[in-house]
Amino acid sequence: RDFNERCAQCSEVNWGLTDGGRFYCRSCHNVTERTREVVNTDFITNSRVQTISKGVRKQEKNDGGCEWYICEGFQLVLKKQAEALEALGVCPQMKDEILCNFWRCYLQKSKQAYCKRPAGEIVKALSACESSTDVDSDPERPSLLHLLSVSESEGDLQTDCSFASSVSKVSESTSVYSGSVDGSLYLMKNQKERLRMTMPMTLSFCYMALLWLREPITLSELLRFVVEGHIPYLNVFQHFPEKMKLCGLDLRIFYVESWPAYEEVFNKMHELAAFLDLPRFPDITDSCFLHPDMLCMKYLMEANLPDELHNWTCRVVKKIGIGEADFLTLMPGNKSTRKVKYDVLAAAVIVVVLKLLFLLDDHYEWLLSEFAEERNKNNTEGGPYFEFKKWYEVVKQSLDVEQKKLDEERAKYLWRCEKPLFYSVKNKSKVLKRRQMVVNLQNQFGKLSGSVRRAEKPNPSSFQLSWSEENTDGSCFHGHSLKGVLQEKCGLLTAMNPDYWLCTVKLCNEKLCGHLAHYREVEFPQSYHFVLGLFSFLLRIQPSYIHDEVCMIEHKLFNKKLYKKLKYNTVLRK
Amino acid sequence: SSHEHKLNFRKSKEVCLSYIQDALLQKQWKRAAEFLTCYVESLEKDYSREHIGPSEMIWRIGTEILRHHSQSSMKEFNCFMEQMKTLGVKRFLKVCLEHVFHLLCNGQIDEAYQNLSLAESWRFGEQTAIQDKEMKLIEAYRGLLDYYSWSKQKNILLEHSEDGFSDLAVEQEMHSCFRKAAVNLKEIIKIPGVWDVFVKCYVDLLEFYGDHNEARQVLNEYAYNSKFPANPNAHVYLYQFLKRQGESKKSLISALKILHDIVPSHELMIDFNTMLQKSKKRKKRRLGLEVIFAALDYAGWKENAKAWSCLARQLKQIVTSEKHLDWIKQEWNSRKDWWPAFHFSRYLAKRNWEENQSLSYEKALVAGILLGKDCKYFRYVSHQGCKAQLKRFRMLKKFVNRHNPVYLRISG
Repeated sequence: RDFNERCAQCSEVNWGLTDGGRFYCRSCHNVTERTREVVNTDFITNSRVQTISKGVRKQEKNDGGCEWYICEGFQLVLKKQAEALEALGVCPQMKDEILCNFWRCYLQKSKQAYCKRPAGEIVKALSACESSTDVDSDPERPSLLHLLSVSESEGDLQTDCSFASSVSKVSESTSVYSGSVDGSLYLMKNQKERLRMTMPMTLSFCYMALLWLREPITLSELLRFVVEGHIPYLNVFQHFPEKMKLCGLDLRIFYVESWPAYEEVFNKMHELAAFLDLPRFPDITDSCFLHPDMLCMKYLMEANLPDELHNWTCRVVKKIGIGEADFLTLMPGNKSTRKVKYDVLAAAVIVVVLKLLFLLDDHYEWLLSEFAEERNKNNTEGGPYFEFKKWYEVVKQSLDVEQKKLDEERAKYLWRCEKPLFYSVKNKSKVLKRRQMVVNLQNQFGKLSGSVRRAEKPNPSSFQLSWSEENTDGSCFHGHSLKGVLQEKCGLLTAMNPDYWLCTVKLCNEKLCGHLAHYREVEFPQSYHFVLGLFSFLLRIQPSYIHDEVCMIEHKLFNKKLYKKLKYNTVLRK
Repeated sequence: SSHEHKLNFRKSKEVCLSYIQDALLQKQWKRAAEFLTCYVESLEKDYSREHIGPSEMIWRIGTEILRHHSQSSMKEFNCFMEQMKTLGVKRFLKVCLEHVFHLLCNGQIDEAYQNLSLAESWRFGEQTAIQDKEMKLIEAYRGLLDYYSWSKQKNILLEHSEDGFSDLAVEQEMHSCFRKAAVNLKEIIKIPGVWDVFVKCYVDLLEFYGDHNEARQVLNEYAYNSKFPANPNAHVYLYQFLKRQGESKKSLISALKILHDIVPSHELMIDFNTMLQKSKKRKKRRLGLEVIFAALDYAGWKENAKAWSCLARQLKQIVTSEKHLDWIKQEWNSRKDWWPAFHFSRYLAKRNWEENQSLSYEKALVAGILLGKDCKYFRYVSHQGCKAQLKRFRMLKKFVNRHNPVYLRISG
């Protein structure tokens, strides 16, 4: 026997081989993950197949499957997602450094690797580290593990890994149905303190890395790319190597049937950042994409609003201090500061500016629009004044078309993947039969659908609505002037509109009821609802989230006046 | 409208279904097929808790689309139905039945027969017992098709016998069809239900082979067994049978009595009234009057000259005899508020006169008796009739004038 390691438990070097080809310590009967074939570095030809000699595991393990752990699976998912992001233009640093370091840190903190394991856990990483020769020969193995083993040898992580004495027993009990070794274990315990990994959390990881690098992708964009299929999420396990058989409980972990919601990913990300004890993230300054000034510019363009409004958004941002690095930058674990949703914040700023200039009470904005229309008719020189009515009509039309398309796409979405999934071997044949029937029916009715066949995946684009100044029909409002709604007072440009209505006089306690305010469509003007709806579509979130931010901004903006007012009066003079 | 941003499999399929529904309602078959293609993957999900699962949805929607889509063929339809049969064992026989109906509607009798035979031989553990009702229906429909074959053979035989041939083979075939049909038809009509077509065919068979007793029994059961749902046709069939058998008026009348109760506007009410009027029993004659008045309460009878002539005849007879004027009074009491506008308006007088003189004659007689000689209808029609120098109208005028006091008595 050429295996000369010391047994991790009893430090003896007294090894034997189990039936399954594993080394076991004759002194303390500790079974390792090291198998005989480890010295044979040919991983790809499945020589590293093993059967578990004891336990309920079926013989089909010989079919080319190998042992794998849940966190390995997630690692692969993250790798695929990072690659997709790189293809979208994100810098390679994200994948190679940031994301992996986050992941490594997570593995460590959640005690899935590099640590003293509580009883009953198996350490996969250790064997990977030990078998560093293995890693080189196997291009299938994620590069992260290579990194792990490399850093292992550099000794900057805890190397004090000990095997539990009951390790062998665990491998039997966890073979309650799953393709992975620890599938059932993963789902079993209440893992709050350890922050169990889930599919939505992979996106939290991605977003966290993107935020760290201050990449120009907002969370809503990221989620939109996921839904559009540019970033693997649904059915990503299809791309696991053949050897990693997925069945039973693994499906509960990796197979998802819903798109993650913004709130979910967002909150998890913050939880994760705190869990990992990360330091203050790199500062968000006014040259960053995520800074409200920049995002406002983007959203103004996308909403087909005049560029001149940007001055106003900047003014509001400055006035309430939400452009400060301290406000915008993430401090993990700091419970007192409100977590910033950059995209929602920028959208809300625009909504507030629109309210400042146009009031949006279903009367005033149309009045202003009439004046502008009159002026535009009589005076064609000097560029057109912005007409709210015209803008509304143009944007609403496009919005309706896009919304309808989106709704139809959602109805036609295909969730199942080519790879059939079974929870247990018993229903394997049933599953396959069903799949065959589904395919037949799809063919039959697909032919009857006529010419319409699923369009190519659209190219990922940052802008969902685009407006070109070259259109002579005047449907682009970027260059329009706000002169119609502004006036000069003491050398300063102010809004003609003297009034403002607050969305809510009193903010709710977010921690208690989850929202700052409660949005009900019927209680607010139609124009306001329209504007919320526009950004709701662009960001793919519920209007109530934008409404919350609007309330927050308003309360900051009118802070002094609110405290002065003794009566509850919803209309204030500016 | 708020659009659901949190989208999951279930919701997405719900929305898909609503698109299918819209497309079906607007008869956009291509579009419905397009969305159905996206919906079918729900089969791979467990919906055991839902009331209607995807397999049933797909069966029903798919059938609808294939029935109407311009590019679909019987072959495709059959292929689809075969797949649907394997989808849900609990629905197997139902799917078979519907498939058979569709084949029959498309004139594919032989294929339908084959499918029925196949279905009959299906066994599936306890499902066979659970789907007992559907099985009976399948057997009944096969019996029906056997009857149909029998009928064809019978016609061939009749033709041949006319030509002087006698065809033993056809005869034997015919008898064998009879036996097969009779067994199954007899079974289904034992179960309470509405089995008009089965009953008719079975009775036809029985009559042909001379088993009138059995036929009578079957029809009596069908009409009078309270376990069976009230079915006017049951009484009609019984009546027609009794008539064919030359039964007495008494039994014919009793057969129609319940029909009058259930469907006072039935077309057989004329026959019924005719028989009752002629009866010697006072009660029957009284009933006759009731029957004919009740029938004419319905808009569908407004222009039925025969019905009016029945009423006219009976009223005339009563008025002439001056006996039982109270019968007329009783019947007229609940009608005097609305019959004048319903039947005897001036507009109708003109129209009836122009379109159907006999109708107007009968109606005028009735109007004259019930409303007196001064009523609009009678005045107009009799005037027109006398102007045209038609003898019967002159007689009519005389009659009504002579008996006007009667009107005064019944209207009081």
